[in-house]
Amino acid sequence: MKACVVVFPGSNCDRDVQVALSNVIGGPVEMVWHGDSEMAATDLIVLPGGFSYGDYLRSGAMSARSPVMREIIARAERGVAVLGICNGFQVLTEAGLLPGALLPNAGLKFVCRDVRVRVENSQTPFTNSYEQGQVLSIPVAHHDGQYFAEPHTLDAMRTGDQIAFRYDDDNPNGSLDDIAGIFNQRKTVLGLMPHPERAADALHGGTDGRGLLQSLVAALA
Amino acid sequence: MAAPTAGACCKAWWPLLRNEPDITAAVVAEHGLSEDEYRTILNVLGREPNLTELGIFSVMWSEHCSYKSSKVWLKTLPTEAPWVICGPGENAGVVDIGEGKAVIFKMESHNHPSFIEPYQGAATGVGGILRDVFTMGARPIANMNALRFGAPEDPKTRHLVAGVVAGVGGYGNCVGVPTVGGEVNFDPAYNGNILVNAMTVGLADVDKIFYSAAAGIGNPVVYVGSKTGRDGIHGATMASAEFDDATEEKRPTVQVGDPFTEKLLIEACLELMATDAIVAIQDMGAAGLTCSSVEMADKGGVGLDLDIDQVPQRETGMSTYEVMLSESQERMLMVLRPGAEDIARKIFEKWQLDFAVVGKVSNTGRFIGRAGGEVVFDIPVRPLVDESPEYERPWVKTEAPAPLGKIAAPMDHMEALQTLLAGPDLSSRRWVWEQYDHTVMADTVRKPGGDAAIVRIHGSNRGLAVATDCTPRYCRAEPEAGGAQAVAEVWRNLTAVGARPLAITDCLNFGNPERPEIMGQFVGCIQGMTAACRALDFPVVSGNVSLYNETHGQAILPTPAIGGIGVLDDLGRFADLALRREKDIMLLVGHTKGHLGQSIYLRQLLNRDDGQAPAVDLSAERRNGDFIRNLIVEGWVDSCHDLSDGGLLVAAAEMALAGGIGLALSGPNDAGFWFGEDQGRYLIAVPETALGLVLQRAEEREVAVQTIGITGGEALTLNASTPISIAELRRCHESWLPGYMANA
Repeated sequence: MKACVVVFPGSNCDRDVQVALSNVIGGPVEMVWHGDSEMAATDLIVLPGGFSYGDYLRSGAMSARSPVMREIIARAERGVAVLGICNGFQVLTEAGLLPGALLPNAGLKFVCRDVRVRVENSQTPFTNSYEQGQVLSIPVAHHDGQYFAEPHTLDAMRTGDQIAFRYDDDNPNGSLDDIAGIFNQRKTVLGLMPHPERAADALHGGTDGRGLLQSLVAALA
Repeated sequence: MAAPTAGACCKAWWPLLRNEPDITAAVVAEHGLSEDEYRTILNVLGREPNLTELGIFSVMWSEHCSYKSSKVWLKTLPTEAPWVICGPGENAGVVDIGEGKAVIFKMESHNHPSFIEPYQGAATGVGGILRDVFTMGARPIANMNALRFGAPEDPKTRHLVAGVVAGVGGYGNCVGVPTVGGEVNFDPAYNGNILVNAMTVGLADVDKIFYSAAAGIGNPVVYVGSKTGRDGIHGATMASAEFDDATEEKRPTVQVGDPFTEKLLIEACLELMATDAIVAIQDMGAAGLTCSSVEMADKGGVGLDLDIDQVPQRETGMSTYEVMLSESQERMLMVLRPGAEDIARKIFEKWQLDFAVVGKVSNTGRFIGRAGGEVVFDIPVRPLVDESPEYERPWVKTEAPAPLGKIAAPMDHMEALQTLLAGPDLSSRRWVWEQYDHTVMADTVRKPGGDAAIVRIHGSNRGLAVATDCTPRYCRAEPEAGGAQAVAEVWRNLTAVGARPLAITDCLNFGNPERPEIMGQFVGCIQGMTAACRALDFPVVSGNVSLYNETHGQAILPTPAIGGIGVLDDLGRFADLALRREKDIMLLVGHTKGHLGQSIYLRQLLNRDDGQAPAVDLSAERRNGDFIRNLIVEGWVDSCHDLSDGGLLVAAAEMALAGGIGLALSGPNDAGFWFGEDQGRYLIAVPETALGLVLQRAEEREVAVQTIGITGGEALTLNASTPISIAELRRCHESWLPGYMANA
């Protein structure tokens, strides 16, 4: 399986997810510079967490217009798997690859802690190693993680099984309907606020995030 | 200037600068220079300085940059050990941790700006200390901070806490360096002067460490990072004076930070450092371009020519004075190998940062600036540094307090425990550290809230433990005991997780050194620190002094904040404070006399701050610590907590809370036993199978141990008291700070 991680100016979880993925894949994971307009063939594109462009304007807004994003949008349309974590999720909504938006946390403060998240759809390339309804403990670390979508969008997402994860009685940011992560309609793009790469080896104090990466290897390898 | 006229004769040749005031006595005083100091300037130059030169002298000779009151005492601190690669004097201290790796770390104050503008003051404090560390070639891997605020009742405290915490988080979170721990204290002595001490720890290869000594006559001097603006002019001078009613007007001297640019600067510098382009590098911190240029030239024994017109500027019409004294953030100065400009420029342009060749290394020994083709300042480097004032300030020894008499317990011990856990001193700091990203970089092994934070050394199975500590109320009562205690407690914090303590950085926060009693506190603390550093083989490798923390003559508590690092050779074996099993035996390690003088118990429950500080028996400290560390690294003990503020019962409750397991304790019905703050003690939970070995070894090593309880259940009990559930204890412990901050 080939995977790559996109590096925007201000990305700061790029190395973290690269390490976690390459441990699961058992091979190298490429880094792709945001200014590049070309990208080698790959099975998975990861948009990492961080503060790309300093979150200036709106988090994710400027990165969504980076040169590399045109190529990523084209690949996503062809069905290549795209995973956006935290800031990567924000970029995906800004780029129109996922519906809705991420607003500043309801508490207006940065929040970094382990949260309980429930797997809402385990029949996807991102979640096949989890049980339906399984509750995971994974850290969040964000200031703008309050998911919002218009009522009709939300309805469509619910009927289309697009809700990937919900906070399990543990909503840290005021997200609508406790949403922690969502898929596109085809389940080839996932954006989520929790950081699976920070719950990927025993020294992290938990390995619940590793299953997401293992699911991808099982589905795409 | 009326009196000294030595240089007046030479004034004529100097180009007359536009709009520059004459150098009058008032202008000299505004620059914080004494008449004597000005006389020295005239001697050094052999003429009268122009305004820019006066500004350069003023910042270089400010307390903040020159350490003129403290230098003579700082020299007495132990700074050497076989594992020390670089001690004080560079941007940060460097310690060899084996396997080709070095740890580079330092703690620095940003007190004055944080009081004036808490968000930006704290944020730029974090930015500044990060730069000190990555300047030397290290990737920053952990941030810590030691924060001290005024009384909770003071009308400004809430606003300052909110601003400082948001600022620390705002900066550290964005650059992507985990903030893994620290301290937050409250005391009315900080009402007018809060303390914001930030520490960064970085990791480098031992053969890839960068220093600041300029070398190579003719080599290009390069400026990278953000543009220079008008912010922060005279920050160093502001930080060298007391506050008064006009403090609010000093807001323009506070710098504004941009962590996004800092993140780019880290990546660009580390990328360039992987090549061989850099000869020397120095960040622009206090006193900006002036201090960085002068230090680089002085360390290399060379001169430096700067072309001010080449300095990237944010605003038009900036004077040379403003460019040289600006403290705009996220800027670095470097000397490159000849011909390396293109490689370097490419990297910085990729990261969208300014890059400009602003000068060259010269053989003149002079620091010369040109603007519009004309010389605008010309100062000999050596005297600018060497002739800087150094004072042996008069000091008086702090009078020893009377011992505390007998204390009648004001309430039942369990009620006292709940009151303490729910009070400002000992309540949970979760509200603070959940606003800091403490898991980014995915190497955080133990989160904030324990004795020491642990981060993995990336790509290995080894860990680095980091702790900060200081007990200012001990330092006020008995500076020498307090100084020793601060060092010993950091050593103990590191030991309690199983780490081998290696070295410390200090951040010495005091009042006005021109007052002999304040200077006495400073001297006492240094003497105590020195003794502890020696006894524990725990040298000082970097540090910072912040004086004049006074408002209207009211000084802060003497606060020598200490930050220490230690190494864990195997992350398979370490301890933390959480209880892990039922039926473990609780052992109290170290000698308990029941010392309540200067304790939290006395302060919070009886509203008294008298008595002696607890003495630190340094040989017992070492003996007990080595005993504990060996038990942990050999795998016998994995649950350990050092005893500090609040004493034994508080420590036991914290272990129960962290593990979610109850405890049954028994012992004398004496407040001193349960709440005394005797030093050199630990509480460990020992599995029954290991008990025999632990007790036998304690006897062999002459370490005092006593059994005080057993783990299990869902409540804490003490002798025949009514049990308190862990849930209730947690409610006490977690409620104070969020409740306090919610009332904003």
